[in-house]
Amino acid sequence: MINSLFLINPSGEMFLEKHWKSVVSRSVCDYFLEAKEKALEPEDVPPVIHTPHHYLISIYRDKLFFLSVIQTEVPPLFVIEFLHRVAEMIQDYFGECSETVVKDHMVMVYELLEEMLDNGFPLATESNVLKEMIRPPTILRSVVNTLTGTSNVGDTLLTGQLSTIPWRRAGVRYTNNEAYFDVVEEIDAILDQSGTTVFAEIQGVVEACVKLSGMPDLTLSFMNPRLLDDVSFHPCVRYKLWESERVLSFIPPDGNFTLMTYHVNAQNLVAIPVYVKQSISFFECGSDGRLDVTVGPKQTMGKTVEGVMVTVHLPKTILSINLTATQGSYTYDNGTKLLVWDIGKLNPQKLPNLRGSLSLQAGAPKPEENPSLNIDLKIQQLAISGLKVNRLDMFGEKYKPFKGVKYITKAGKFQVRT
Amino acid sequence: MSTNNLSYNDQGGSDSAVEVGQETTPTSSNAGAGFGLFSTNFKKNDDLKEMLESNKDSLKLDAMKRIIALIATGKNASELFPAVVKNVASKNIELKKLVYVYLVRYAEEQQDLALLSISTFQRALKDPNQLIRASALRVLSSIRVPIIVPIMMLAIKEAASDMSPYVRKTSAHAIQKLYSLDPDQKEHLIEVIDKLLKDKSTLVAGSVVMAFEEVCPDRIDLIHKNYRKLCNLLVDVEEWGQVVIITMLTRYARTQFTSPWKEDGLFDENSETAFYESDEKKTKNGDEKKSYMMDPDHRLLLRNTKPLLQSRNTAVVVSVAQLYWHLAPKHEVGVITKSLVRLLRSHREVQYVVLQNIATMSIQRKGMFEPYMKSFYVRSTDATHIKSLKLEILTSLANEANISTILREFQTYVKSQDKQFAAGTIQAIGRCATNISEVTDTCLQGLVLLLSNRDETVVAESVVVIKKLLQTQPTQHSDIIKHMAKLFDNIAVPMARASILWLMGEYCERVPQIAPDVLRKMAKSFTSEEDIVKLQTVNLAAKLYLTNSKQTKLLTQYILNLGKYDQNYDIRDRTRFIRQLIVPNEKSGALGKYARRILLAPKPAPVLESTYKDRDRYQLGTLSHTINTKASGYLELSDWPAVAPDQSVRNVEVIEPVMIHLYFYYPCPLITQSSSEAESDEEKSSSQSSEESDKSSSQSEKSSSESDSEQKKTTKKPPQKKTVKPTLRLNHTFFLVPVLLSVVPVSGYTVLSQSKCLSRSLFSLCILTPCPLSCAAALLQVSGPAFVPEKRHDLLHRMTGKGLSAQYQFPRQPCLYQPTMVSVQISLTNTTDHPLEQIHIGDRGPTGLDMHCFNTVECLLPEASVTVSLGVDFNDSTQAANFQLCTKEDQFSVSIQPAVGELFLPATMTEQDFRKEQGKLLGMNESSATITMAAENTTRQPISRQVATVANLGVVPSGQDNIHRFAGKTASSGAVVLVTVELRESSAALITINTEKSVMGPMLLRDLKRALTRA
Repeated sequence: MINSLFLINPSGEMFLEKHWKSVVSRSVCDYFLEAKEKALEPEDVPPVIHTPHHYLISIYRDKLFFLSVIQTEVPPLFVIEFLHRVAEMIQDYFGECSETVVKDHMVMVYELLEEMLDNGFPLATESNVLKEMIRPPTILRSVVNTLTGTSNVGDTLLTGQLSTIPWRRAGVRYTNNEAYFDVVEEIDAILDQSGTTVFAEIQGVVEACVKLSGMPDLTLSFMNPRLLDDVSFHPCVRYKLWESERVLSFIPPDGNFTLMTYHVNAQNLVAIPVYVKQSISFFECGSDGRLDVTVGPKQTMGKTVEGVMVTVHLPKTILSINLTATQGSYTYDNGTKLLVWDIGKLNPQKLPNLRGSLSLQAGAPKPEENPSLNIDLKIQQLAISGLKVNRLDMFGEKYKPFKGVKYITKAGKFQVRT
Repeated sequence: MSTNNLSYNDQGGSDSAVEVGQETTPTSSNAGAGFGLFSTNFKKNDDLKEMLESNKDSLKLDAMKRIIALIATGKNASELFPAVVKNVASKNIELKKLVYVYLVRYAEEQQDLALLSISTFQRALKDPNQLIRASALRVLSSIRVPIIVPIMMLAIKEAASDMSPYVRKTSAHAIQKLYSLDPDQKEHLIEVIDKLLKDKSTLVAGSVVMAFEEVCPDRIDLIHKNYRKLCNLLVDVEEWGQVVIITMLTRYARTQFTSPWKEDGLFDENSETAFYESDEKKTKNGDEKKSYMMDPDHRLLLRNTKPLLQSRNTAVVVSVAQLYWHLAPKHEVGVITKSLVRLLRSHREVQYVVLQNIATMSIQRKGMFEPYMKSFYVRSTDATHIKSLKLEILTSLANEANISTILREFQTYVKSQDKQFAAGTIQAIGRCATNISEVTDTCLQGLVLLLSNRDETVVAESVVVIKKLLQTQPTQHSDIIKHMAKLFDNIAVPMARASILWLMGEYCERVPQIAPDVLRKMAKSFTSEEDIVKLQTVNLAAKLYLTNSKQTKLLTQYILNLGKYDQNYDIRDRTRFIRQLIVPNEKSGALGKYARRILLAPKPAPVLESTYKDRDRYQLGTLSHTINTKASGYLELSDWPAVAPDQSVRNVEVIEPVMIHLYFYYPCPLITQSSSEAESDEEKSSSQSSEESDKSSSQSEKSSSESDSEQKKTTKKPPQKKTVKPTLRLNHTFFLVPVLLSVVPVSGYTVLSQSKCLSRSLFSLCILTPCPLSCAAALLQVSGPAFVPEKRHDLLHRMTGKGLSAQYQFPRQPCLYQPTMVSVQISLTNTTDHPLEQIHIGDRGPTGLDMHCFNTVECLLPEASVTVSLGVDFNDSTQAANFQLCTKEDQFSVSIQPAVGELFLPATMTEQDFRKEQGKLLGMNESSATITMAAENTTRQPISRQVATVANLGVVPSGQDNIHRFAGKTASSGAVVLVTVELRESSAALITINTEKSVMGPMLLRDLKRALTRA
């Protein structure tokens, strides 16, 4: 299956390689680097590249390319999914996934990769199992390690891989038993010039942080499970019970994990929390233009809209801009032509406005199309679809856990065409 | 060793390092020299060897870490091999692990030295700890040294029959490694694969199928017997294994089942049929109206894969989607749509692959994705390849109803800053225009407007698309051609210029004024044009010469002369050819006469079609599909066979004759509850039993989930075989004998008749009462019930049943029809004053529980009652079985709701076995509660009775007075259920239930609690 893995930074340096079968020369990456040169943006590099003897499947994530080398037919998603798991594993272990982090923990990453695949076939990809084998670094532990000469490799023989619930490690103990669930909903929307909704939908995810001792068996139920249209689950969720009773019954992994993702029934109209009044215009003569954007709250269910941010990719022909914001601040990068207006909290009494003039390069024609605005926002304590967690029950353990649910609504891919 | 030295000398190295090396051991000279390779690290790394040879583990560990870091960055550290390999037997686990990592990386290059480590692994293979055995096998098989092939082979064979499933999984991985090292071992490896395929552990399933796919994908015959088991295990296999198994089963199903598609065409004529099946074909199908029955195994696969659409792993979702696409009846494929659309929220790379698959699907089945059209709208932030795929799909989805929406969306895209994408949109508009004739004119108008766009690529693309569109309907559009001629001066893109020239030439008779003028301009600029434009100029000249030679003769001559001396030989050739063709001279011969017909022949319009048109020749979701060429190792998906191969190959022998034999020999009183004819014959039993076994094997064919029965077979068969004839002693057993097989009356059996009006076809019920347990019970031997509750439940009240009343009870006997079923007895009573006829079971409702119905009761006289028996596979859930009880005139919906305790079969086992089983079922599989017992329940007898009333469990003999144990297994899947009641002080008791059925455990616990606390 997966023959080799190369980690490549944006400038094309291969700073880590791992082979699970015979060694493949790193020159194979030249095909990839060639494709990377051709692409304007790193995102535009085709994920699957066909070379005379190998197939290269790559992902671009956190400013790194994860490139795997394949020799025979294999479902491409299998590889892509695995590469993302590698990135998530690095993130999970070291707090972030970046070139420096990988270089700092080279040996540990290499050991992890060794455990994750055997002969190119995934062996242990569950974070709970991996953590039992190779403990993630903490400051305390590294101090202890240097003093006592002990190591991060688990010296007990692990049992996680052998059990029927590979996602949970055995012998979990906490003094404070707690289970937190975040219901995060994202609004994907496209609004057109007049503010009409072209397309809108709500995608949700239930993120869990469960720190419970022993083998708790949890049941999470919703007040209105009918809202959920399409769902996907962490492997721990018992699918049959969901089918019959619409409850989530599961033995959770230890720590943070994504319990489920869902899509809200398409029949329900999506409440759009903000409106945007904008006018961007370029004058036919005199290489000049104006920009005027106002953001205001719309259907917010009485909550405050926070973290509002407007991102605009201005046309390439813009020379400079001169804007004033009534609230928040804006940054503009002349190299990438990226305008970011960070508004913060929306105040319904005094709507934030950004206006000013744009100047074009001399002689450049007036841009054909106005750039679209990407909106980012956050509403605390609200699930925009109205989804509510009813209760969480625990079986199998005697203690009383501390339980908590949090709701957040965010903008997903929220775009306003102009 | 000598080779090593040689290579090091070649590489050269620092003298000082060599000296350091020589001081220690003879082999060590290598170590130092090698450092020359990574000269930047030279100073830093020459101490590594010394560190490795020190006595301190911490130093060694440091050294190994640095070495691994070198390997990880792609530097060569092979020189240290001798020093590293010495540490292979280290006690320090981390050090050992790192040495393993090193060894696997360099063993292939240092084969001789690698052999030194083999004995360590061989020893570890015998270690009592399964994890150590597994890791030893893992490393041993990863050392790619041909000389150890026999050792590997031996190790794999041994590991394949290891107790631990984890070790067996590792051996499945090792198979692939050995195969790639030495393909000659194929035959032996296939044997091991065959063996591992029979494994029932979910841990092994994925890995062994992977090995199967790699080593012997053509040996479909190995799968037959394991097919149903794999289908049933699938949900519990780890996600990566699921992908592999699903892909393999898709291929398998295409060779074993007949196509479900033909029949389908008849079903949904009104919906999407037209898109994928021509009407003509449909009628043909209508003629050969042959009822299609889906093979139950085919259905099993579809049913068991469906829940996986909810997986978080995108690869699993797509593999299920492709399975449905390739195997499901057309009207069922729709279920995958939602899940695929969901994946579009995932990472960019996932989107790319999923969109490609949707693109292929949407060409054949627009209807599937049309409701989700808006999910394919392009965002300005999408990557280029995502944009063009979305465009592709939107184009495929376009139809008369939604085209206006799509075109409006396209208008936005055309204005995009990404000009490549805008050009793609124009092509898409062109495709919509040709596909949907209603909008052709609108599209054409829109495209003409684009001709005045400021961007050159947009204009050029528009010209090319307009050219194609005009070709499909040239008659009414001479004004567009004129417009384009005017634009000609402003367009610089060669492809667009060439297109306009071609249009002029092709329709020169429609624009007689303009065409010669364009030619005149071209004659002027000919030399500075691109090749493609020159070729079209020559073309135009030739066509004009033929239609309008008066005006253009000289111009043509001029252009032909220019072309004759062009630098491009293609143009020179073309010019020469054209000249011979059109200009009459003595040499031109016969062809000249046909010049007009050659050059001005009506040309067929180009078909604008999707680039994904032929992608469906590859299995969806594969690498080959993504890159649109056959990847190495791609396995073709075969066409459906016209006639299904023998279905029985997938049968697993479930009810072995031996067992039935035993029941017949069994000298016990026989009680029939319903029939006067039901008898059994001791003498004739052998001949009957063979008959019987035929019957039961035919029944087993029907059974859809053999895997668990197979499990039973293996656990039960051996001990029983031993006790068969010589002793005639066996566990108390119950058995149902069909009337037809036992018509000869026999003395010694008590026959109780309850009703005389039974038809011959009715199954009668014979119960052999239990006799004491005498043979040493093997683990999980199914035994008779300790207690049969008398309780009857109302199935149909006589008021609602218009005089027919029905009650049911659970007789707690193993079901005859299928071992996975729970038998239910129904007593039917006629309370009316007229006979009721044809009492039978009608529609079973949608729950899909497998049921074995009783035969129709032809006639039930007034005041008479009859007891019939039914088998229901509750699938280990307390979901009610709904069905309709019908008489000749009426239908009544009824349902049987089993208590959880009725879903078990009692088992006997020793205390020791009980403990062992319990040990395997800890953690999530255990549920327990402390209760206060009712006063009278504190001794053995009442407890046993109470427990037996609640659940059909067998008593396990217990050595301690205060602990009572009960064992059983679930009827459907054969999962072990263990109940322990431990008495504590002051009438407190701890009930513990161990079962892997995590739903049934708590339910049973609840019932037991209620029963034991009740006074």
